Amino acid sequence: MEYLLMLYSEEGSWNQLTKEQQGQGVAAYRAYTEALQKAGALKSSNRLQPTSAATTVRLANGKTQVLDGPYVESKEQIGGYYLIDVPDLDAAISWAARCPGAGHGTVEVRPVWSMPG
Amino acid sequence: MSFGGGYSRNEEGATSDHQARAYNAADAVARRSYGKLVAFLAARTRDVSAAEDALSEAFASALAHWPTEGCPANPEAWLLTVARRKVIDTHRGKRRDELAGEELRVLALGMDFGLERAGTNEGIPDQRLALMFACTHPAIEASVRAPLILQVVLGLDAKKIASAFLMSPAAIGKRLVRAKDKIRQAGIPFSVPEREELPGRLETVLDTIYAAFTEGWSDPGGTDMARRDLAEEAMFLARVVTELLPGASEALGLLALMLHAEARRHARRNERGDYVPLAEQDLALWESAMIDEAEALLRHAGELGSIGRYQLEAALQSAHVDRCRTGHANWAEVVQLYDALFAVVGSPVVAINRALAIAELQGAGAALVVMQELAADARLAEYQPYWAARAELLAKAGERGEAREAYEIAIGLERDVSVRRFLQERQATLGR
Repeated sequence: MEYLLMLYSEEGSWNQLTKEQQGQGVAAYRAYTEALQKAGALKSSNRLQPTSAATTVRLANGKTQVLDGPYVESKEQIGGYYLIDVPDLDAAISWAARCPGAGHGTVEVRPVWSMPG
Repeated sequence: MSFGGGYSRNEEGATSDHQARAYNAADAVARRSYGKLVAFLAARTRDVSAAEDALSEAFASALAHWPTEGCPANPEAWLLTVARRKVIDTHRGKRRDELAGEELRVLALGMDFGLERAGTNEGIPDQRLALMFACTHPAIEASVRAPLILQVVLGLDAKKIASAFLMSPAAIGKRLVRAKDKIRQAGIPFSVPEREELPGRLETVLDTIYAAFTEGWSDPGGTDMARRDLAEEAMFLARVVTELLPGASEALGLLALMLHAEARRHARRNERGDYVPLAEQDLALWESAMIDEAEALLRHAGELGSIGRYQLEAALQSAHVDRCRTGHANWAEVVQLYDALFAVVGSPVVAINRALAIAELQGAGAALVVMQELAADARLAEYQPYWAARAELLAKAGERGEAREAYEIAIGLERDVSVRRFLQERQATLGR
């Protein structure tokens, strides 16, 4: 089953880390991604640019409405994702718990609808 | 027990005698095997709703055919055959992609294997534990776990569960559907957790069963039939766990705790319906057989060597019973047990009971000091037992005015009429 792991965290927090801490953070994520790959569970993953670079698009009264900023204004924003393929929810939760993101924020685990072949 | 409300009475060629026999046979299977059948049918697809629907149709079919065709030699296998067909058809309808063909083949094969076993002395493979772990998975919302486990493993209908949990059938129905959807959609596994996770996950199963038991128990007078049955159903679930996980000492502890509570049910109310506290109960009204069984279970649990919350709570019950029967004060032991329990559970309830035990050992003054430390916890402001305990201690310490006030608050927070009456009587003894 495919699950999307969405990493939520406070946006400012990365910049408040020292260079050394950031280096450690990057290394942790690299190790995690490798582990997923080795286990054959990784489908894709990406780090997202901050919400200052976000644009919201909506259709209102037949007109396209484009706004600056993220969809939801909140302290924790989505900063990255992992799309994984694992046997069941327990496996997905186990990976989510090991994600460095779980340590400084929250990881949401959502199953993906399986698409017809 | 409801067969999904789907029984159709076949009038042609069936005498009422045949109908009665068919009904009894179906009812007997439901009692012994409902949970096993649901678990078996749902295990591969994780679709509990579909399994229940298929089973309900199978029971309806049984009640339509058995009166005329006679009851089958192996009713479980008969029901499974019908239900299996329905589950496969439903699954085929839902999955249209190319993988579905292979999945359906595996599904059908898996069921055939189980069906073969159902025909032997071994019977259907018992996957109720896996089902219980699925129902109490952390991803399932906590307050729906107890209703869910009662419906899915025991076949209790939503109406009965709703009235016991003080919710409307519609509200609880919706939440049950959502929970079952979650199991299927999120891929909650149907399996007994691995060794490292087992103790933690098992604790959730036990907590859920205990939650169902205490719901049934909020009616200690046993006048509300729906709730009293719930206590029995919860005990049945605890027994199933002890049978399927014989090494689990906490499961034994839970069952022992429940038996202790049940054993004193009749002593807890007098003829007027008043609440009777432990120290004043008529021992002759206690069910000794239940107490004996509880003691045996607790001893057995102790031999397995891993202590936990439920064993400690059962041990406390055991100590109270012992003190009441022999008249020997054992408060030092009781305080020690509360210390251990508090270390494991750390809840205000335990702290309060511990304070009351300390009062017996060291006097009301010492206990009030302990209570003072608790006062910081905001949850206690609306917790009746806290105020009742405080009132009792203040009264013992000679602080009548404060005691009266504390009783007043306790009375205002109590929902049970006879407990309120008891508190009011206690308050009255303080005089003006």
